[in-house]
Parts: sequence; structure tokens; C-alpha cells
Amino acid sequence: MVKATRKPLQAIFDTVKAYQRVLVVGCGGCTSVCLAGGQREVLDLADELTQCARTAHVLQQYSTFVTERQCNPEFLADIEDRVKNADCLISMACGAGAGYMADVYPSVPVFPGLDTMFIGVDLDVGLYEERCRSCGQCVIGDTGGICPVTRCSKGVLNGPCGGTGDDGTCELGEGIHCAWHDIYERLKAQGRLANMMIVRPPMEWVDKGPRKMIQRGYEGRYKKD
Amino acid sequence: MKSGSNLEKVLSAGHFAVTAELGPPAGTDLEVVRKKAELLRGAVDAVNVTDNQTAVVRMSSVAVSALLVQTGLEPVMQMVCRDRNRIAMQSDILGASALGIRNLTCLTGDHQSFGNQGGAKKVFDIDSVQLVAMVKRIRDEKKLLGSDEEIAGTLPMYIGVAANPCAKPYEFRALRLAKKVEAGADYVQTQCIYDVKMFSEFMKAVRDLGVDKKCRILVGITPLKSAGMTRYMAENVPGIVIPEEIIKRMNDAPKGKGAEVGTAICLELIEQLRAIEGVAGIHIMAIEWEQKVREIVEKANLLPRPTV
Repeated sequence: MVKATRKPLQAIFDTVKAYQRVLVVGCGGCTSVCLAGGQREVLDLADELTQCARTAHVLQQYSTFVTERQCNPEFLADIEDRVKNADCLISMACGAGAGYMADVYPSVPVFPGLDTMFIGVDLDVGLYEERCRSCGQCVIGDTGGICPVTRCSKGVLNGPCGGTGDDGTCELGEGIHCAWHDIYERLKAQGRLANMMIVRPPMEWVDKGPRKMIQRGYEGRYKKD
Repeated sequence: MKSGSNLEKVLSAGHFAVTAELGPPAGTDLEVVRKKAELLRGAVDAVNVTDNQTAVVRMSSVAVSALLVQTGLEPVMQMVCRDRNRIAMQSDILGASALGIRNLTCLTGDHQSFGNQGGAKKVFDIDSVQLVAMVKRIRDEKKLLGSDEEIAGTLPMYIGVAANPCAKPYEFRALRLAKKVEAGADYVQTQCIYDVKMFSEFMKAVRDLGVDKKCRILVGITPLKSAGMTRYMAENVPGIVIPEEIIKRMNDAPKGKGAEVGTAICLELIEQLRAIEGVAGIHIMAIEWEQKVREIVEKANLLPRPTV
């Protein structure tokens, strides 16, 4: 899922201190799961901002709501009445959710309360690691389930480069594994080392404005003749 | 002849080739380039011009290579995948050819976080294997990447790569070189070698794959200056293996004699490495020590350089 982390409190306060009625909107999706934008975090932020306002002698009123998911128009419709009574919104969703809320309520300024970090996994409670760069051309079937685009520091598709350390680490150190070393070892364990000889051609990066897709089975609904 | 470069001619004639490295200046002072060029002139067959090595901003490899062409010293232009996408790379390759550059070593590149622009966005649009295939396609088929349209003119370019025989996974390194050769590499310049046994094993695997018959192999040589440098390289540079015996000899060198002992070790290494079947030359990377190159080449009995 998408992993996000809260912006520094003072930075959030600075963006919203000019507004009187502030609605903090959480998200029940990914950012709730990664403990950044769910019910508890939304209440915490509202409390801390209220404190900031008091300290700074700014007259402000914070209210809160957690949408089911901010990346969906039906769930965003749930906050329509609350938005009417707000001078600005703080989104505790990922960048997609925050931006979508801004699209759905274009007359109200939306400020991100979180920085969206990556698509990742839970290594443990509150400990996450990136696993996908959403390149749109998943290759991990050939690479033992290890993504070279994401996990190789240079995104090398025909690796490893010459910087692999003796202990199988990336040349960057910092506890980063060499993705291609790990790919090699996993393919070896699976008896699939022949895959290492695949020469992968350059990627066709899809990089022209927001990517858009229609899910399989829904073509008839959106494709016009 | 694929490129007609001096390096290609020397190797094709069966001579033992010698290349060295020239780091462009971190500024606009051309005197630095001229001085380094004169130190290397006549001592080597071609000079590698590094491409923002260790991700530190320096004068571009294409500009310095072109300057060397003007002074009659043959450049090997290095190109890394870190800073340019396929559009810029192909454009620079065409430009390099127009400026008389005939050798191109294709590299992945050091990560941007090592240098003085840590916040830079990495590019790595294509990787080194893909870069080799791209250059070969322009040279041999006159077609740009992903295009069937034929370009006007020719691209006489000798295509090179790097290889690191001493990096993990060891048993894959010869196969990786085979992939690069399959993609179109004409020559390879290896990472600097100190462990002759390890390199011999790599070369055996290379020969078993028949790679030495399709690609000229130049062994990387970096003379050691001091015990401190030796320890630093052994401990901090990934993929560089320095045997204990060499570390000890450098450590035991009398004060002020480190460079002397380092040079002696370097000459012994050259002698042992050139005896290995399939080794076609050496690539001397005397880091900011270009004045040492001629002495090494001379003492290794590799002067004068052949005229072909």
C-alpha cells in the first residue's frame, strides 16, 4: 500500500494559520493503515494545531473527519456539508487523495498534512520499505520477485553493476541490499539462473501527464465508439 | 575496422594495448587538461576521459575528448547512464562522432549521492548493456533506438564497457561480460585488479565462454601511492579486492617510500596479469597521478607504443 508520513507540525501550522475554520480530513485507506492519516492521527494533529494556535495567539477552530477513502468521489461527497463550513482543509491522505479532494472541492484551499513516501510493505509495526515504483511494466516474474526498478539504487535492468560489496550490499552501503545480488541468489535457489541471461530492452516509460487506465471488464462503460 | 581508432588498430594488429585515464578539471582551466595530456602523450594508445566520475561535476567528457582530438591525443570518451536520458545520450554520441571521437566506453555510473550534487534526480533511463546495444545499432544499422528510419552519415565508434571481476556475485561476472559482448562490446576495461588468482579464475570463465575471442580485454591497473590509500581502497571501495600480502607490503614500506613500493607492486601485477591468456592490454587508472603513467609503461617494457 501507499506509505506516508506527517509533515513537521510547524510547517503544517504555518500553511493554515491564516484560516479561521480548519477541517482536518483523514483517510480510512492506506494512510490509516500506515498510521499516518487515520482517526487517531487526525485527532492528534487537530489537538496539536489547536495548541499551536493558542501559543501563537491565533483564533482558530479545528474540526475533524475521516473519510472512508479520499481517492473516491462517493466517499468525498460525505464531507460536503463540513467543507461548506471550513475556510481550508488539511488532507491526511496520500498525495492522490489530497489532490482529488482539492479537485472535488475546488473553491476551498487544500493543504497536505502528509508527505507521500512510496508504495511499500510493512516490515513490522510502523516500519515500512518501498517495493514498487509503479512503472507499469512489472518484470518481477523474471527476477525472482525482486524489483530491479525499485530496489536497485540505479534501476539497472540488466544488472548487477560493478558496485556490489563483498557482503552483497549496494555501493551506497546504508544497509541497502544489492537488488541484483539478491535476484541472483533467489534465482539460484529456485533453479532459475538462466533468467540472469535475459537481456532486457529499454523500458517504454509512460511519462506524459497523469497515467490513466480502465480496469479489465469496464471497457464498455468508458470507451466510446 | 569498426571505427578506425588507434586503439582498435593497435588491438587488431595484435599489439598489447595501453590506455590510461584523464580526469577533466572541476572548472574551466584548460591548462590542467593540457598538462595531463602531455604527461600521457606517447606513453599510451588512447586516453579515457571520465564522465563526472564519482558524481562530482567536472568539465564534460565530450568537450575534453574533443580537446584531446584537437591536440592529436586519442580519447576514449566515457559515458555514464546516470545523468542523461536516451535522447541526450544519442545526441551526444552523434556529436562526439562529429568531433572526431572514435572510442566510447559505456558505463552505469557511480550513484549521484557520492558526489557534490546529492539532491540530483537520477536518470538511468537506460542501463549500460542497453547503451552498448544502442550505440551498436546506430553504428551498424544506422538506426536510432526505437526507430526504423535510417540516419544519414556513419558512426565509426569502437564500443567499450567495464567489468568488475572481483564484485559479487563472482560466478556471474564473466556471464555479465558475455551479455555486454553479446550486446555489442568490442573491448572491456576492467576495474583495477590486485588479486591475480581471482582475476585468473574470472579469465578462465571468460575463455570458457569464448568471450576473449569476441572482445579485447584490458586489465585495470591502479598504482598504489601509500598505505593509507591501500587501506582506504580495500575497506571502502566496493568490488575492489586487495590481497593481505599487498596491504602488508604497503604497510611495511619505509616512510616516504610508499609510492616506490606501490610502483614495484604495480609492475609485478602487470607482468603477472599480461601473462594470462586472453589479456589484450592494460588500462592504467592512476588517480590524479598522471605523471606516474609514463614511468610505469616504460618500466613494464611497453615503450615505445606501436604506430599502426
